[in-house]
Amino acid sequence: MHFGPHLLLAALEGLVTSAVLALTALGLSLVFGVMRVVNVAHGEFFMLGAVLAWAISTAISGHPAVGFVAALVVAPLLVGLVALVAERLVLRRLNYNPEGTIVATIGMLYIIQQLALTFYGPEARPVEPPFNYRILLPWFGYSGYKLSVVAASAILLVITWLVLTRTRIGLIMRATQYDRETAQAFGVPVERVYAGVFAVGAMLAAIAAVLIVPISQAHYLMGQDPLLLSFIVVIIGGLGSLRGTVVAAILIGLSDGIISMFFSPTLAKIIATLVVAMVLVFRPQGLFGTTPR
Amino acid sequence: MADKNGFFDLSKTTLSRRTALKGIAAGAGLALAPGFVRYSQAQSSAPIKIGFQSHRTGIGAAYGRWYEKTSTAAVKAINDAGGISGRKVELVIEDDGTDPARGAEVVAKFAKQHKTDIVFGTLFSHVVIGSAPAAGENKIPYFVVSEGHHVASTKLNRYVFQPGITDVKSQIQSMAPWIAANAGKKVTQIFPDFAFGYDHRDYLPPALKAQGADVIAQIAIPPTESSFTKYFPQIPAETEVIYHVMVGPAVLTFVKELGEFYGSNRPQLFGFIDSLEAVDINSPGLEFLDGSHFWEGSPRYAQPDDSAAQKAYRAAVGIDDNGAAVGDPKDVSTAAHMFGCWETLYVVKKAMEDAGYKGPEDRAKLVEATEALKEFAEGTEHPQGPKTFNGKIHQCFGIQNISKVEGGKLKVVHKTKIEDGLYEPEGDYTTQAL
Repeated sequence: MHFGPHLLLAALEGLVTSAVLALTALGLSLVFGVMRVVNVAHGEFFMLGAVLAWAISTAISGHPAVGFVAALVVAPLLVGLVALVAERLVLRRLNYNPEGTIVATIGMLYIIQQLALTFYGPEARPVEPPFNYRILLPWFGYSGYKLSVVAASAILLVITWLVLTRTRIGLIMRATQYDRETAQAFGVPVERVYAGVFAVGAMLAAIAAVLIVPISQAHYLMGQDPLLLSFIVVIIGGLGSLRGTVVAAILIGLSDGIISMFFSPTLAKIIATLVVAMVLVFRPQGLFGTTPR
Repeated sequence: MADKNGFFDLSKTTLSRRTALKGIAAGAGLALAPGFVRYSQAQSSAPIKIGFQSHRTGIGAAYGRWYEKTSTAAVKAINDAGGISGRKVELVIEDDGTDPARGAEVVAKFAKQHKTDIVFGTLFSHVVIGSAPAAGENKIPYFVVSEGHHVASTKLNRYVFQPGITDVKSQIQSMAPWIAANAGKKVTQIFPDFAFGYDHRDYLPPALKAQGADVIAQIAIPPTESSFTKYFPQIPAETEVIYHVMVGPAVLTFVKELGEFYGSNRPQLFGFIDSLEAVDINSPGLEFLDGSHFWEGSPRYAQPDDSAAQKAYRAAVGIDDNGAAVGDPKDVSTAAHMFGCWETLYVVKKAMEDAGYKGPEDRAKLVEATEALKEFAEGTEHPQGPKTFNGKIHQCFGIQNISKVEGGKLKVVHKTKIEDGLYEPEGDYTTQAL
């Protein structure tokens, strides 16, 4: 294959990775930004989204698109509910203590993962995409569904941005992020904001998973990679910065697609990790982060 | 960092004398609990304990579950027929997490804590390679159903055996003539970037060369990869056959993306069913495989010429004509490999009875008795087919099936002969001290 089409394919693949990564990492970033909680169980919410998508889409007969749309709506809601319960039962009782919540979310990671293994099983199960359209380019074919994932993710990112910057809820969230005590003094129900943010963070991961599950499959260990990549993205972009997260996700996704196609996937991972190290050394707050006061 | 609750403040956790005494008492109580009672020596009436190292979790979990089902069925059949030398057989199962380090711990645990007579187990080659030294150190026979060439390479040790499933080198050698004659002469290989994949990488090119065909590209893919399209541009345009051996949960994606990439205008495909073990061949996206060929150790779908032994074996394990669990058509088995568990347990029975095995003190005798085995006849104990066994390299050799995907089923189109897969031994375990 010639260089041009080769690069195009690499870029397309990279964009799909970026799109899913941006949503997942945004959830992680939001939770950290507002709550200062490092949610190690974030990848498991992603996995839970995919597993529930499988369960919902197999329970609904008829055209695959019906099951998929149902999954896209119901699975994130259920995952949000699980996150809400976890927040109430665990994180709140630890007073959102930074060290305590890390240990607690590690525990949640294992609990969710093993429950999925027990009730869902060890197999990788496919979810049928809502439509099968193969875009035929002169050099190769490409999945139309994959491109629609990129579009859907872009729309969701814009919505999140609008909510954060243009609505009252967004204002309350940003106020809590900026200064918890002052926000509370102004009558912001901080604990409710925390609960909501934790649920929304998990839901973003779940939505990303539902979008990706017709491409990959639902598997109980699928949360590990997204977690790692999300951390990389969030560290590079700056914890708590929406813009930084999106930019870093595109950067990491594209470089992963292009480097792994022209060189090797291992090199792509090495470079991503190196970038993280460099960012931590030279710009610890991340590319777009602000220094915590 | 704020440590408001004092999670990391060790000075706050004082250990009082009372707490310490409680701890000691609890520990003593545990040691006296029924689970810890051990036979001071194996008695002739005590059951023979077989430690089963299982992939209960990790990427091999689907295999692990079916290996357990098959082994449980085999043990039941053996016990119903009077056990081994009149003694009942009991499986002790431990999870290896499909992880080499954990695998080695499990082997040591069987030897030291459970005091099982032998260790039996697992599939994934990196786990077997990681666990083998522990079996050698503890001088406990370790029977694996792993398919890899590592046992026969004689790079492991004298305690490791693979008497139930043919190794990859032999499989490849016996199938290469069929691939060159029927699929094509310019082959591109796609394989996972670890031990099992390397067996394919190393042994396919010479085997094809001998048949006048060539491997024109080799593409290694990390086993944790979840997206594959980015590798496909490396497939040369003149490729006539894509030879794929993928493992792990992402294999469905692999096939689907290959389908999207090529459409209907694809090269021939020849794969190891390892790619699709425990996966319904009629899953969405797999239509692309229609007309392609697969290696199968034992056929997943019931074939018209199945022997009575094969039928009895399928019934005992509980799989239907489509190779899925009886009563749950969605629960597809790992039929191409798991027969090896059944057959290995019968080899263990034969070797133990030959050795006059009484207990762990006879483990060396058991090793020698296993090495003395020469062949296994097709029948209830070996439903997959007849096999020969080479005691010097601890490896058996059997027939292989090449199946075609046709109408949503796998139909056997070619069976190799045992002789096709024989090769010069690379070493001799029997020269090693016991």
